[in-house]
Amino acid sequence: MAVKFDRRSFLKVVGGASLGALVGGGGKAQGYPPPPMTHQHPQAQQVLQRALAAHPQGYTFFNSAEAAFMEAVVARLIPSDALGPGGLEAGCAYFIDQQLNSMYGHGGRWYMQGPWEPGQPEQGYQLPLKPREIYRLGIAATNRYCARTYSRTFDRLSAQQKDTVLKGLEEGSVELGDLPARTFFNMMLSDTMKGYFADPAYGGNRGKVGWRLVGFPGVAAAYVGFIEQWGKPYEVDPVSIPDLLGGQAQVDEHGHPIHRPVARR
Amino acid sequence: MATELKPADVVLVGVGWTGGILAKELAQAGLKVVGLERGEPRDTNPDFQPPRIHDELRYAVYHELMQDLSRETISFRNNLQQRALPMRQQGSFLLGEGVGGSGVHWNGVTWRFLPWDFRALSATLERYGRGILPEDATVQDWGVTYEELEPYYDRFEYTCGIGGKAGNLKGQVQPGGNPFEGPRSREYPNPPMKVTRAMELFRRATAGLGFHPFVQPSANMTRPYTNPDGVQLNPCVYCGFCERFGCEVAAKSSPQVTVLPVAAKTGNFELRTHCNVVRVNLSPDKKRAVSVTYVDLRTGLEYVQPAELICLTSYVFNNVKLMLLSGIGQPYDPVKNEGVVGRNYAYQGFTNAGVFFDDKIMNSFMGAGALGMSIDDFNGDNFDHSSLGFIGGANIAVYQTGARPILSRPVPPGTPRWGPQWKQATARYYNRFFNIGAQGGVLSYRGHYLDLDPTYKDAYGLPLLRLTFDWGPNEIKASQYLAGVLRRIVEALKPSKSNVSPLPERYGIVTYQSTHNTGGAVMGADPKTSAVNRYLQSWDVPNVFVVGASAFPQNAGYNPTGTVGALAYWAADAIKNRYLKNPGPLVS
Ligand SMILES: Cc1cc2nc3c(=O)[nH]c(=O)nc-3n(C[C@H](O)[C@H](O)[C@H](O)COP(=O)(O)OP(=O)(O)OC[C@H]3O[C@@H](n4cnc5c(N)ncnc54)[C@H](O)[C@@H]3O)c2cc1C
Repeated sequence: MAVKFDRRSFLKVVGGASLGALVGGGGKAQGYPPPPMTHQHPQAQQVLQRALAAHPQGYTFFNSAEAAFMEAVVARLIPSDALGPGGLEAGCAYFIDQQLNSMYGHGGRWYMQGPWEPGQPEQGYQLPLKPREIYRLGIAATNRYCARTYSRTFDRLSAQQKDTVLKGLEEGSVELGDLPARTFFNMMLSDTMKGYFADPAYGGNRGKVGWRLVGFPGVAAAYVGFIEQWGKPYEVDPVSIPDLLGGQAQVDEHGHPIHRPVARR
Repeated sequence: MATELKPADVVLVGVGWTGGILAKELAQAGLKVVGLERGEPRDTNPDFQPPRIHDELRYAVYHELMQDLSRETISFRNNLQQRALPMRQQGSFLLGEGVGGSGVHWNGVTWRFLPWDFRALSATLERYGRGILPEDATVQDWGVTYEELEPYYDRFEYTCGIGGKAGNLKGQVQPGGNPFEGPRSREYPNPPMKVTRAMELFRRATAGLGFHPFVQPSANMTRPYTNPDGVQLNPCVYCGFCERFGCEVAAKSSPQVTVLPVAAKTGNFELRTHCNVVRVNLSPDKKRAVSVTYVDLRTGLEYVQPAELICLTSYVFNNVKLMLLSGIGQPYDPVKNEGVVGRNYAYQGFTNAGVFFDDKIMNSFMGAGALGMSIDDFNGDNFDHSSLGFIGGANIAVYQTGARPILSRPVPPGTPRWGPQWKQATARYYNRFFNIGAQGGVLSYRGHYLDLDPTYKDAYGLPLLRLTFDWGPNEIKASQYLAGVLRRIVEALKPSKSNVSPLPERYGIVTYQSTHNTGGAVMGADPKTSAVNRYLQSWDVPNVFVVGASAFPQNAGYNPTGTVGALAYWAADAIKNRYLKNPGPLVS
């Protein structure tokens, strides 16, 4: 019961810019039955669109001091520069805030039973702390360190001072008492990267700036006709899950987005 | 009190690839089969539909489709002197959970092991003598040969619709395939995958060095395919969300799109999800399994499911754990060097090379789980080891599985991990990079094994399985040699920047390497050194079959599932054609 492959929609997938090349390289008819598009119910779409437009973004885990700290951190880890917006503009601090209220923040799928021992590095994470506890302790301890050393909290330091503190955490030379500084730093770094590159549905990667930086198209199209075009740039406007759920991006009959080419810079 | 249920002919513990294959084969043979799976039901539609399935954070980073470690994990140490600690987060390998097991989110890289692999010990003694092996290596023959398994490899490949090019048809070497492979009786059911720029660069570089590149055989469909059971699979669209994801278009062969629907159609297969098996119950003389006990995770209540035949199909770790918890076979003791259950755990060791190009884009975000170009010149005994001091080797390959940017952001060595320089390097090289991986086989050793942890417990109050493992001297030597081969390939590729990383001194459980764990319930000809016979039947409790990579006596330099699938079909045939006629030990 394979559905005949529709060459026209296949070509749409990679956009007009590549039509010529594709006709040569598109390959033989290939077909598969389109899956039902559950998210395309017209009313559901309107509701979603309204919800997305009005999406309120307020910190629900971090208190104001913690939020100020995290905003300052993500702005240094991924700076805003000539290449584009950084971690702050991408909403990485908000993303982390939301994550800490979720399964991840509670270590929900980690094995968290004692007895507790530091163990060897090869044995991996062995602290009884959940990510949200690490942030809470780590931010307070780092701010105490900054107060001792510079007489102000982290967010009030100069850019250079901030980088010095972050390097100290990264190398473990800044002491945070019971909490290993590197554990705290590595968690902030990895969560900031998640926030910069994850689907914007999670509150980070605003404007898809992370994806734009590297040229990642987001939710994938069918690349079957393009993948053998060696060296040919695939420059498209990235598409997110909310773009598709909210009807801001078109889909082909199989549910894959139709990527729109961006104007060549 | 546990509720006792109506008896079944067969109980399968775990419904992934091995459970799925046995479900189909045994239900088609007319047996009443109950499949107990601890995880959730899930299928192409609606569970794997875009756009939600293209969510790197949920599926690739938070392992949505995999084992919930808050319920159950393993503990780990490098050696007997250390204290094992629990694996608190998924890392080195990603354990499966839910209908289809890891077969849902696997890549689909599908190999046959070499004829050499099945007689690794005899062949090594014949060619090099015992001296080439480390003193404490416990390498052994499988008790089954490549020739015996060939028809079963064929069954698995045709069920899955593997796309590839034969390298050896009935003894005739074929152009375009892997010239080192064992003879196959017929061509692959489907043509090979498409070739990306990275694959082509690797092909040219390795061919230029006199090696023999070929497109990696793949379970991602290369055209619409109807398998011998009448199941339809659709062509892969190369979306790049494959490894760690379920396939939205049913283009990746997985249990839930191939064998399970066929099993269900017989009317003889009952799949029960959310059922965590905690024990196999034996008769008082311990010679017969009478039932399994499981916890229904929706109610917390315990049930006893009696059956004539019980197959453990719960992946390497839980196959061994359930044997140990139930008293099936003698537990292995590495100090006394006695017993078999838990013995000969092995894994795979990767030697990697990263290549960065200033002038070439790869479109790395396009891809498929098993899209790759390989050479097999340095695997098994395909090259002379006389002066090398190790045996075995690796397949060396470039894969383009889809570079998603949370986890795949390569930067050249020496780049800071954050800040402006990191950002520049990331923007520059995200799409101008590929990795060359040498997937090294691993020997078994006296001190590498599985047993029950004395301290840590799972959510059911049962001990965690404890893993004791490290890289052995054979693997370290092999890795250094393979790093040399990778350097030659890197040189031929002329990248702007590169780095080659041999195995670290110690095995660590933190960074993902592969879910290619093996051993612990190994097959063989001698009950003193194997837990199951050549048909994967327990030597001690003959109505228990233990199916999976747990049966590998040591690990080859290939992904395991081709061989796991072949062994599952081989065991199914032994059950149908031999065991049912005369229930009892198939090998005395
Ligand atoms: C990310 C990833 C990529 C991979 N890619 C490849 C590849 O490209 N090529 C290749 O050859 N291999 C690959 N593999 C390995 C492949 O997935 C496995 O070899 C294969 O799935 C093993 O089949 P199995 O039946 O032994 O185990 P599984 O498929 O894991 O199934 C075991 C099932 O048993 C269930 N279970 C466990 N314990 C219990 C219990 N106590 N009670 C009830 N149910 C239980 C589990 O929930 C699970 O569903 C990959 C694995 C992963 C994780």
